Amino acid sequence: MDVTTLSIEEASALLASKQVSAVELTQAFLERIRATEDTVRSFITVSEDAALAQARRADERRARGETGPLLGVPVAIKDVILTKGVRSTAGSRILAEFIAPYDATVTQRLFEAGAVCVGKTNCDEFAMGSSTENSGFMATRNPWDLERVPGGSSGGSASAVAARQCLGTLGTDTGGSIRQPAAFCGVVGIKPTYGRVSRYGVIAYASSLDQVGPMAMSVSGCAHLLGAIAGHDPYDSTSVRRPVPDYVAHLGAGIRGLRVGIPREYFVQGIQLEVEAAVRAAIGVLQNLGAQVSPVSLPHTEYAIATYYVIATAEASSNLARYDGVKYGLRLGEGESLLDMYRRTRAAGFGTEVKRRIMLGTYVLSAGYYDAYYLKAQKVRTLIRRDFEQVFAAHDLVVTPTAPTTAFRLGEKTSDPLQMYLSDIFTISINLAGLPGVSLPCGFDQQGLPIGLQIVGRPFEEEKVFQAAHAYEQATVWHERTVDSRGSGVENTE
Amino acid sequence: MLARLELGERDEVAVTEQLDHILQHFETLAALDTANVAPTAHVVDMTEAYREDVVTNLPAAEALRANAPARDGDFFKVPKIIE
Repeated sequence: MDVTTLSIEEASALLASKQVSAVELTQAFLERIRATEDTVRSFITVSEDAALAQARRADERRARGETGPLLGVPVAIKDVILTKGVRSTAGSRILAEFIAPYDATVTQRLFEAGAVCVGKTNCDEFAMGSSTENSGFMATRNPWDLERVPGGSSGGSASAVAARQCLGTLGTDTGGSIRQPAAFCGVVGIKPTYGRVSRYGVIAYASSLDQVGPMAMSVSGCAHLLGAIAGHDPYDSTSVRRPVPDYVAHLGAGIRGLRVGIPREYFVQGIQLEVEAAVRAAIGVLQNLGAQVSPVSLPHTEYAIATYYVIATAEASSNLARYDGVKYGLRLGEGESLLDMYRRTRAAGFGTEVKRRIMLGTYVLSAGYYDAYYLKAQKVRTLIRRDFEQVFAAHDLVVTPTAPTTAFRLGEKTSDPLQMYLSDIFTISINLAGLPGVSLPCGFDQQGLPIGLQIVGRPFEEEKVFQAAHAYEQATVWHERTVDSRGSGVENTE
Repeated sequence: MLARLELGERDEVAVTEQLDHILQHFETLAALDTANVAPTAHVVDMTEAYREDVVTNLPAAEALRANAPARDGDFFKVPKIIE
């Protein structure tokens, strides 16, 4: 049996019945990484020795009588999330040699649950991008078609799941960075409600929007992972003091009677016809499962991209001021003045997109432009929030496409930043409003590329989002199609 | 200047063009009347996060200093700041 084809729950059952050990399972995934990584390139760092040591500890814990759904389960973590003693680069050359001095809270919680970290996944530099091409190290390839992008910014986390290099991953999502790559790579990914998961030890991009969330092959896998990382953390004042429901226990509750709104602004010109057809068919499935579907309007949708890029770049320019070559990271211009050292270090350490966003953010925050851009965007953010509040007063869920197209070609959008920004058009409002949203597979286009369905819920109602996603997943066969059945050639050729 | 970035001349031209294009897109926000709308800085209602005034960080000074680009014993080395 090839254990790398299992779901988290199947692997967990084999571990519990001692048919496979954590060490054996981890070795199988490390072998799979060796067989596929030259072509897919999901990982900035593969931490074999640390993973095997963790796997041995998981086996010891089980031998002592411990149990748990993630005990001995191999996962990978996006490289913007700190992992103690392991290089954590955020995909940036400025942090190429940075060894995390402590674990992020989400890392610590996964490890306490017994998960085994096989490595750190590639991403757009500081999570700024929609294709993972902005990584300071390399481009990751989409396992379904190696000439295409995996999406971004958590592209390596999505490709690692799709290529079966591990059972689950953590990503971060500021404007769609979990959901869009999940859609492009045919896996499940959830961005939780803002405040649901601690960001302590997560390298910041835009702090009023950033949120950590899991990816896996199945909805239940994501439910297990989110349950492990969610909840209040005294080290992150934006994390909320609310009990974490048992997401897995809610999965079977079904969708009968739930009121589902379909926003008309999300089915506009420019959307790939096959994407629209697949999402409309998925809405039909939800209806057949007993959901009450009705059209709704989110009238300020067209302003979301501009609003997001003003707010996110403003926050980024402030957050990234810390990379100055003083306490950690790259330093250039030694022996010159302090200002020259800052400028040379940042010019060499940051990539083009990061510089672009720092400049935009500095501009929109500068005296004379603050009211016209930053304050204006914050006010429009209020209007976007209100749109959702009005819809959610009479609906439990909102269903949309995750992205307007399937995965685009490597290099296709790199010369036009605005076109790249527009690929987040259906995910970005959900971050501005702070809502939970999942993406899961709902079909394939004529070229065999996966299509994503987005299900959005009220704040802190992840369990409803999961139960609807699970009901849809169980009623359809999309999750059964894998990159292996497509034969895209993810295994190394030599 | 404020961004503390150094750009080559050729980069400057390309970047200026791209930034103009993006700023034009930002201008679409001006079409909305927001005179009576309060700004949103954060989506969750924040309450003051009080805690006891005790140190909870694990001692990790050496792990922190190990990432220094230049150091002298227990100190971070930086260029001379005061002329």
